[in-house]
Amino acid sequence: MALPDDLRELYQQVILDHSRSPRNQGQLSADSCVHIHSDNPSCGDEIDLYICFNDDGSICDIKFEGQGCAISQASTSMMTEKVKGISREELTQLIQDLQQTVLGQGEIRNPEALGELQLFESVQKFPQRIKCALLGWRGLESALSKNSLSRS
Amino acid sequence: MIDLSHLRADFPILHQQVNGQPLVYFDNAASSQKPRAVIDSLVHYYEHDNANVHRGLHTLSNRATDAFESAREKLARFIGAATPEEVIFTRGTTESINLVANIWASEFLKPGDIILYTGMEHHSNLVPWQLAAKRSGASVQHIPVLEDGTLDLENINALLTEQVKLFTCVHVSNSLGTINPVKELCAKARALGITTLIDGAQAVGHMPVNVQDIGCDFYVFSGHKMCAPTGIGGLYGRAEVLAKMPPWHGGGEMIDLVTLETSTYKAAPARFEAGTPDIAGVIGLGAAIDYLETIGIDRIHEHGAALTSYAMQRLTELPGIRILGPATGDRGSLTAFHLASAHPHDLVEFANTHGLALRGGHHCTQPLMKRFQIPGSSRASFYFYNTTAEIDRMMEILHRAVTFFS
Repeated sequence: MALPDDLRELYQQVILDHSRSPRNQGQLSADSCVHIHSDNPSCGDEIDLYICFNDDGSICDIKFEGQGCAISQASTSMMTEKVKGISREELTQLIQDLQQTVLGQGEIRNPEALGELQLFESVQKFPQRIKCALLGWRGLESALSKNSLSRS
Repeated sequence: MIDLSHLRADFPILHQQVNGQPLVYFDNAASSQKPRAVIDSLVHYYEHDNANVHRGLHTLSNRATDAFESAREKLARFIGAATPEEVIFTRGTTESINLVANIWASEFLKPGDIILYTGMEHHSNLVPWQLAAKRSGASVQHIPVLEDGTLDLENINALLTEQVKLFTCVHVSNSLGTINPVKELCAKARALGITTLIDGAQAVGHMPVNVQDIGCDFYVFSGHKMCAPTGIGGLYGRAEVLAKMPPWHGGGEMIDLVTLETSTYKAAPARFEAGTPDIAGVIGLGAAIDYLETIGIDRIHEHGAALTSYAMQRLTELPGIRILGPATGDRGSLTAFHLASAHPHDLVEFANTHGLALRGGHHCTQPLMKRFQIPGSSRASFYFYNTTAEIDRMMEILHRAVTFFS
């Protein structure tokens, strides 16, 4: 029996690779670092994000710890590789484009910035996995607003 | 192993392809499938006998009432209740527990009392008691679970004390498959005057259950896990205990005399069944019992045990597997496991694309997953229409999943 195509698309090699060996694992302990815990209570996936921001609101460093399915862990791992050093505006656009990729709605404004994250469009066929793919990204959004609040 | 595979012909839903593969349905602990006889009973009711029960003086109403009350008699006999009046129809296990945790608790729980449950309860047998404790000023305690998935009864005498007003325990654990010694525990509780409630969601329709033999005050269960439609289930209450309980919902059917100032109420079961009930559901439940009885509940239990034992033996082939629950002895017809190489959600997703329906997650037993320090597990749960060939098919798929995710 051959592997179904949908399954191959959902679990592409890049995604499996990130889930087996997540990048940027660990914590950041600086006082200025923002810590956000996100979880999906219905499935037990958990992500702890640690983010240090530059004065201009861009991300200077990011690490995470988590447990959960391949989709949630790979999505977060790939996110941590994308977000360092880009401007606050680019960050906001990236989050929006990623969400629209996963949900299959709206226009993707900057597909180049998404790069391999475009693979997550396969999640559209697995609606029950959308919250897995977005778990780390929801945490990132919370961290951005927490950081903005602490600066205003 | 007894061969019940001919019964598959009675289940229209089993004969389909899912994602291009023949369906293997191993999520019976969540909900069982329905035989043609049950589906037909619903159609027959709506096409021939549909009317409200206990009210009309016309033929259709009489027919509906007869079918409804004869289902109650069947159910009472099926679970070994002393009389049909001890059987109350509810929406299912959850509603039955909530009825007791609201109505019995409101009358009998006082500040300082203890509600004792176990560490392997389904959320539906934890949360209602936590709410009842909050309302009454009582507190909750639990019997811990041992590594092998059985209850830690070493300190039972320190836990089951006269301060405990209610003891509740799951008959068959939906995550571990453990069959708890409910008869012994109820005897102990009864000797101390403690009221008891047994959660039989995974037991009724799967193994012989006799509430009088168990000696519990309340026994709760769902129809949809035993071939009946969703939305119907039951609460057994010992007559003496039900008689002391105030009404639950107010409305039609539960009253004797209503004035603009006050009302008097009927005795059980009507007292706890306000409003038009799920008549079709009850009739479907009666048809399910008839169907199960033609197979024989002992044979169903024996077949489930044999399938589970075969599945557990074959699952050990998988590298990095941890099987939850007792390794030997009598078990419920399910087995939950955790694979080091694949998260339950990935595994269940993989299985689904191959036509195999498993359950993945915490199975509504978060405290139990915490106890075993796993985020969740994958579960295969069986019913009499499942076969060893299907377990072989599951193993083929799981082997592929392990290779894929490792």
